[in-house]
Amino acid sequence: MKQRLYRALLIGLALILGGCATGSSYDYTAFRQSKPRSIVVLPPLNLSPDIRATYSMLATVTRPLAESGYYVLPVALVDQTFRENGVTEPGEMHQIPPGKLADIFGADAALYITIEEYGAKYMIVSSEVIVAASARLIDTRNGQLLWEGKARASSGENQDSSGGLAVLLVKALVSQVANSMGDQGYPVAQRTSFRLLTARPGGLLPGPRSPEYAKVVGQ
Amino acid sequence: MCKSIMHRVIRRLSCIVAAAILTACANQHGLYQWGSYEDQVYAMYSSPGKSSPDEQIAKLEADGEKARAQGRTPPPGHYAHLGYLYFQTGKLDQAIASFETEKVLFPESRPYMDRLIGRISK
Repeated sequence: MKQRLYRALLIGLALILGGCATGSSYDYTAFRQSKPRSIVVLPPLNLSPDIRATYSMLATVTRPLAESGYYVLPVALVDQTFRENGVTEPGEMHQIPPGKLADIFGADAALYITIEEYGAKYMIVSSEVIVAASARLIDTRNGQLLWEGKARASSGENQDSSGGLAVLLVKALVSQVANSMGDQGYPVAQRTSFRLLTARPGGLLPGPRSPEYAKVVGQ
Repeated sequence: MCKSIMHRVIRRLSCIVAAAILTACANQHGLYQWGSYEDQVYAMYSSPGKSSPDEQIAKLEADGEKARAQGRTPPPGHYAHLGYLYFQTGKLDQAIASFETEKVLFPESRPYMDRLIGRISK
């Protein structure tokens, strides 16, 4: 009994430390110059065989970006605007020149996501649901690459030393909507989005609405 | 005796750790009051037609009221998405009002909101 409590304590501490301990040397020169305030997220390009991937992922991107201090354009409306203009496939949407996205949406930056994996991987004794994605943030005013990164999450993880807090948070977020609809990819996609798009060293820089902005990005 | 003191200490420490984790969460992710906006976007694509625009509107309106009551802000896109739902149900004045609210809360949305309002007003 006592031992179990100790273990719980240790895990708790590890989570706190794990959440803080990060470090990387990404070149943020262009990002710092650009200082984007708003981001338009294009419907993700899906390389997996699961057709639900694009819009499941799209529904999960607003929170990590917004909580990192950016204005995120309403994702479903943006998709609708593309469709009304005859652009229905994410592949076509990703081909639109960044300057045009600036004209239509007034966003400082555009986020291009590619879903590399989405869905169940069956193994000998069990199966797990995996969502892996990569992202590129582009300045819509000059087409310059500001940041790129990738992330992966699995339903099989129970502890995660790299993003302890994020996992803890996402567990709380795991939506009953998804469970009732039988798309197990959705809660895992939430976790992937959190890892991919939450501002942290090596990841995105915090946006202007983040309390970290002045400290990390400066004026 | 000694054992019970030990237990008490452990219990207290556990509380502190839990509080630390929760505080860290609050600090890291406390900008907005997230209601059902994301799940509604998800449901819109994953099970279209399952809930009517009116039901979706009711949920988002309730989320907005709850946030306001707590002195918090709904997330970016909340009022824009609500405006879109009003538009779909033919409530054009409410759609425009909702896009305007998005603009007030997030001036970054102005160019796109103005474009949408312009299309409705035509």
